[in-house]
Amino acid sequence: MIQASFGQIFAAVQADVMRRDAETGYKGPRPERGIASMMRIALAALAALMIGPAMAQAQQGPLRIEITDGVIEPLPYALPTFVAETGDAGQMASDITRVIAADLSGTGLFREIPESAHIQRFGAFDMPVSYPDWQAINAQALIVGGVSMQGGKVVVKFRLFDIYSGQQLGDGQQLAASPASWRRLAHKVADVIYSRVTGESGYFDSRVVFVSETGPKDARQKRLAVADYDGANIQYLTDSSTIVLAPRFSPDGGRVLYTTFETGFPRIKMLDTRNVAATLLPEIPGTMTFAPRFSPDGGSIVYSMEQGGNTDLWTMGVNGGSPSRLTNSPAIETAPSYSPDGSRIVFESDRSGTQQLYIMSAGGGEPTRISFGEGRYGTPVWSPRGDLIAFTKQHAGRFHIGVMRTDGSEERLLTASFLDEGPTWSPNGRVIMFTRESPGAAGGAQLFSVDISGRNLKKVDGVGAASDPAWSPLLP
Amino acid sequence: MTFAPKAVLLLAVLGLAACNNPDKYGAGNGVVDPGGMYGDNGVSQGSINDPNSPAYFNQAIGDKVLFQVDQSTINPEARTILTGQAQWLVNHPQYAAIIEGHADEQGTREYNLALGARRASAVQEFLISQGVAGNRLRTVSYGKERPLAVCSTEDCYAQNRRAVTVISLGAGS
Repeated sequence: MIQASFGQIFAAVQADVMRRDAETGYKGPRPERGIASMMRIALAALAALMIGPAMAQAQQGPLRIEITDGVIEPLPYALPTFVAETGDAGQMASDITRVIAADLSGTGLFREIPESAHIQRFGAFDMPVSYPDWQAINAQALIVGGVSMQGGKVVVKFRLFDIYSGQQLGDGQQLAASPASWRRLAHKVADVIYSRVTGESGYFDSRVVFVSETGPKDARQKRLAVADYDGANIQYLTDSSTIVLAPRFSPDGGRVLYTTFETGFPRIKMLDTRNVAATLLPEIPGTMTFAPRFSPDGGSIVYSMEQGGNTDLWTMGVNGGSPSRLTNSPAIETAPSYSPDGSRIVFESDRSGTQQLYIMSAGGGEPTRISFGEGRYGTPVWSPRGDLIAFTKQHAGRFHIGVMRTDGSEERLLTASFLDEGPTWSPNGRVIMFTRESPGAAGGAQLFSVDISGRNLKKVDGVGAASDPAWSPLLP
Repeated sequence: MTFAPKAVLLLAVLGLAACNNPDKYGAGNGVVDPGGMYGDNGVSQGSINDPNSPAYFNQAIGDKVLFQVDQSTINPEARTILTGQAQWLVNHPQYAAIIEGHADEQGTREYNLALGARRASAVQEFLISQGVAGNRLRTVSYGKERPLAVCSTEDCYAQNRRAVTVISLGAGS
């Protein structure tokens, strides 16, 4: 069911198993002090850094976050262009190699050693690795691969080598896909490499649903779109005849909730990614509904309902059922997000006088305020790991994306600009994507990403003017 | 180490059915362009010199009131305008109105939707207090989605923190 629901938008992967060396009897050594453990130490340092000295300075402004003590030297890797094993695979081999490199280097955790510096050249996938040649150019990791066209499919196989320990890291793997899905093949290879080196799951084979924007600031045209996490393969899910806002994936990626003005009033619609059919969710007449988000089991949604000028949080089943009230206060309660285990909801409320973050039981009840810094806090989103909450902070005329522990401690601001808002987590909880809007009549919105250490801030290319990103789970 | 090919299929991206059906997202829901600032809302505007015209309501009385940052309080200036709006609506029962609440861009999207709703509701309550039947008034919030002024300074923000009373044809017309 889950895989089927990824349907057309997600180029369904009918995954059997990836063919591994292990299945052919390979029992490669597992280096104890190789690149994987080194990178794990580095990531641990990064995590430790988050709760280190930078904390004390966060309140003075994110541009002063000091991470120099913990700057991680990106891991140098060599990625010779994959060997074309059939005569017609040359271009594909080159393209796939470049996407893998873009994925890895794009994390800021890896640095590619240009091919022009390589000493050993792979004329064949199975050539023995000449470790001294790679040690000589200070490569720590080497990825060797081959690409062939077989029966209308692209077949990719690859191996990862730890140069310092002189060993293969993990099994070789082989994947196949239709030529149209070649980018997903590359992302999957990069996810495996990332995972082996960092010890964490990857996030490259994933998609982002967002609002594509065109037109002048006072008559902005908006429509839903979905693209690969790196901005490639953009597809539009609605036209721009009405305002649409803040799409959110279901936990399996098969559905998208969003807010539309198609009736003239904000209402929540649910779109099936298999056939791009969307239906309005039931509403109480005379209300406005917005800011929906799925529960982790995908069975219900939490959202804001406005009645008589007052906005509270409500929940309802995705397949109908009457709405149930979660908050009952004269303040604005909005932007709810479930904890990964579904037991709690983080949201924003101005019941104290300004927007602040609160956590309550998923069934409602008395909330606990968790944000206490200066300024206003909104759009909290629980990380997929459960340990952090990302948020938008507004203070002294600037906007920030930040993270804090679920008890509100260890707040860290990751960005600062005229207008940053609406964080969304990568599937592995390592990267945050958000909307950055530039000021003035010619201002516009773009998607940016930053990792949770505050490093590697960059624009998502290829999607044009865009806002309200929501990251999908890792695709199957 | 050998690699026996075993099927791991990544199916092609199939054709998408999206966006081929603009009508699907069009109007036709009984509400004609509630963002009336972009059209005449199906209502003949008439002349500003005709006190019975929507044009007179919009321009002579004033169809919009402004708010302070993050506030939905009706200030004295707004009170004067809304009192005029209420009198006109009481005297012209053939019309109804949709009150649009708006916010400036200095806020998050969801919060601004809720804030715009507060502002629209504050205007609605005031009009009702002045004798306009509640069933002739509906509110909508655009949050920060439809700024009137596009600069990013307080001059423009002040114009965008507004509620606009958009005249529409009433049920009895």
